[in-house]
Amino acid sequence: MNELLVYILLGAVSVVAALGLLFSRNAIYAALFLVLNFGVAAVFYLLMNAPFLAVIQISVYAGAIMVLFVFVIMLLGAEQLPAADTGVRIKASRFVIIAGVAVLVASVMYALLTQSSGEAATYASDPAAIGVMLYTQYAFPFEAVSVLLLAAMVGAVVLTTRDAK
Amino acid sequence: MNPINFIVALSAILFAIGVLGVLTRRNAILIFMSVELMLNAANLAFVAFARKWGELDGQMFVFFVMTVAAAEVAVGLALIVTIFRTRRSTDVDDLSQLKG
Repeated sequence: MNELLVYILLGAVSVVAALGLLFSRNAIYAALFLVLNFGVAAVFYLLMNAPFLAVIQISVYAGAIMVLFVFVIMLLGAEQLPAADTGVRIKASRFVIIAGVAVLVASVMYALLTQSSGEAATYASDPAAIGVMLYTQYAFPFEAVSVLLLAAMVGAVVLTTRDAK
Repeated sequence: MNPINFIVALSAILFAIGVLGVLTRRNAILIFMSVELMLNAANLAFVAFARKWGELDGQMFVFFVMTVAAAEVAVGLALIVTIFRTRRSTDVDDLSQLKG
C-alpha cells in the first residue's frame, strides 16, 4: 500500500511536469519541466529494478540532451516566444486530433485498469548482467550505434559550420 | 493496482501529452522536446514490461533508444540552429517555402 502511494505521488509529479512542458510560455521553463519529468522517470527505473538505466537517464538525458536544449534555446534567444506563439494554439481541426488522443488514452486506461498484469518476475538486472548481454547478444546493434553516433556528430558539425569564404 | 499497470498507464498519458505537444505547439524546439517526452514514455513502458517478464531485453532496448535519441537531438538541434540563421525564426508555420 505504501509502495502504491509512492507510485501515485511520483506519477502525479510526472504528469504535472509534462503538462508544464505542454502549456509553458517560456522555452527555458519548458526545458526545466522536461528535466523534472526525466528525473521522475529515473526514479521509476530504480523502482522497476533498472538501476543502470536510472543512472544513464540522469547522465545522458538530463545531463547531456537537456543541456544541449538549454544551450540552443539561449543561443537563439528564443526563450521568450513571440506573443502570437504563446501557449497551445487550438484550431477547430485540432479538436479532432485531441478527441482521438483522448479516446486512445481512455481505451488504454480501461484495458489496464480492468485487468491485472500479474506478479512481476525477478531477474538479475545489475550493470554486470547488462554488460554481458550488451557484448554478446546485442553486440551488432552496439557497434551499429557507435557508427550512428559518429555520423550524428559529423552531421551536427557540418550543419552548424558557417561557410568559410 | 499493480505497479506495472500503473507505469504503463502513466506511459500512455505521457505519450498522449507528447503527441498533443507536437500537434499544437509551433516553436520547433518545443516540438522537439515533446518528441523527447514521447520517447521517454515509450522507454517507461519498455522498462515496465522488462520487469513484468523478467527479461533484460526491454532494458537493452531502452539503452538503444537513449543513444538514438542523443544522436537525433544533436542533428535536430543543428538543423534548428541552421534554419534560425537563415530564416530568423523557429516557428514551424514560417517554414513553408517548399509549399507548392
